[in-house]
Amino acid sequence: MPAAPRKRWRRLARVTPDSVAASKMRNAITIAGKELAGYFVQPVAYVVMSVFLLLGGFFFFNMLRYFEVVLQMYTAMQNPEVLARLNLNHAVIEPLLHNLAIVLVILVPAITMRSFAEEKRTGTYELLLTAPVRTGEIVAGKFIAAAVFMLIMIGLAGIFPLILVMFGNPEIGVMMSGYIGIAFLSVSFVAIGLFTSSITQNQIIAAITCFGLLLLLYVISWPAEAGGSQFGDLLRYLSLPDHFGQMVSGIIDTRDIVYFLSVIVVALFLTQRSVESVRWR
Amino acid sequence: MIEVKNLVKSYGNVVAVKGISFKADEGAILGFLGPNGAGKTTTMRIITGFMPATSGTVLIDGLDIFKNSLEARRKIGYLPENPPLYTDMRVDAYLRFVARLRGLGRSAVDEALEHVLKVCGLEEMSHRICGHLSKGYRQRVGLAQALIHNPPVLVLDEPTIGLDPRQIHEIRELIHKLAGHRTVVLSTHILPEVSQICQKVVIIADGRVVLEEQLEKLPAGTSLEEVFLHAISKEHPEDAGRAEETLEEVGAGHA
Repeated sequence: MPAAPRKRWRRLARVTPDSVAASKMRNAITIAGKELAGYFVQPVAYVVMSVFLLLGGFFFFNMLRYFEVVLQMYTAMQNPEVLARLNLNHAVIEPLLHNLAIVLVILVPAITMRSFAEEKRTGTYELLLTAPVRTGEIVAGKFIAAAVFMLIMIGLAGIFPLILVMFGNPEIGVMMSGYIGIAFLSVSFVAIGLFTSSITQNQIIAAITCFGLLLLLYVISWPAEAGGSQFGDLLRYLSLPDHFGQMVSGIIDTRDIVYFLSVIVVALFLTQRSVESVRWR
Repeated sequence: MIEVKNLVKSYGNVVAVKGISFKADEGAILGFLGPNGAGKTTTMRIITGFMPATSGTVLIDGLDIFKNSLEARRKIGYLPENPPLYTDMRVDAYLRFVARLRGLGRSAVDEALEHVLKVCGLEEMSHRICGHLSKGYRQRVGLAQALIHNPPVLVLDEPTIGLDPRQIHEIRELIHKLAGHRTVVLSTHILPEVSQICQKVVIIADGRVVLEEQLEKLPAGTSLEEVFLHAISKEHPEDAGRAEETLEEVGAGHA
């Protein structure tokens, strides 16, 4: 049977180091692996994770307590109509995720500020840029590492809905949608953080610029009411919490996903341009 | 082989490199000399593809560093002025990372790592964290990362700066040993270093080449110091005083 070995040879040929697609991915993964390992030898990552989870636990406990008090109150008042409307998603998971999103606005800059700024300061940038690696691969590698870190952190925050499932009867689909939302949100934040880190060699400047941008995206729809219909719509479209809120309340709309993906693509594109700009100047 | 052709580099209005051309031959060590601020580091950064020239070009074994950048960069091992170490990584993990980055396959990495650790005398240090190493060992790790993919071209920017005399001696021996069939470009302030290990010398001053010569062809009886001073003062008389100062420093360091 001559067909089988030929097929196998083709498959081998496709993964040889010279194959462009394979090597592209390989370089990005090499960098991502090193970056990810780098996060975990540093205290910053552990501090960020602990703060995120401790604050999450604090919010969760409070909202659950509040939910219980309200539940007892309405049970005592024998008001079945209101009782039927009370639900765990609405009272606990939704506000929890909204609060965690705000915590991320502050924590993501702390995670991403090093990525490029530190390399420029210590001179390892020269190593990266003189290696036979495309700038796109460098950006992709750093992005993958930071995104994986965020997803691990959000995965750990999955303990909260797990507790609800164990002891209560929440709607799992809605919670999933909310967590998918916060995953998209955090990955978009990371992309913006990489960009701000790529424009400076000062970590503090990187962090503050990132924080400013994230906060701006958070509040950008505030003047929407006064902005007239077209401008107001634009601001509302750009607003992060609007898209995020949809997903948290259980609606996965392609428009919201497209929004997050656009933020990621634009931020990474700008990062790549900014890294590449060493070569124009 | 490295061919540098009419390299010009300007930063805004400041022209740092004003048309540098020279040739580094295979199997020879080229000493790249010049007073501070003459454009040595800029030239080396252009040769290694870190940044582009404003005009002119560089050929690495016939490959254009700008047009065939990836292939050309694969042939270069580069030690910048400050060894580019990730201070929180272990030496072996760091060298593995660099090896992968420079395109070695997973199976080739172990062998390459073992080899450079031995060549650079780092076997005992392989589990140490880069940030905890002394200056001399950092420099060796820097050399090890430049060598790990066995490149035909080595570019070393002041590899012996800041080392103690014994370390300087060791690193020099090492470079001498490494040269073999490679092309090595080595920038330095220390003139005796050049007379000891280089076959060819290129002196630049104020962004221009003022001398390109085989060491053996230099006039007999003249020291490299005299040649250097003469070369840079001929072209730019105002530089002579500054160069003498540099030389006094160098002389004092070797007295």
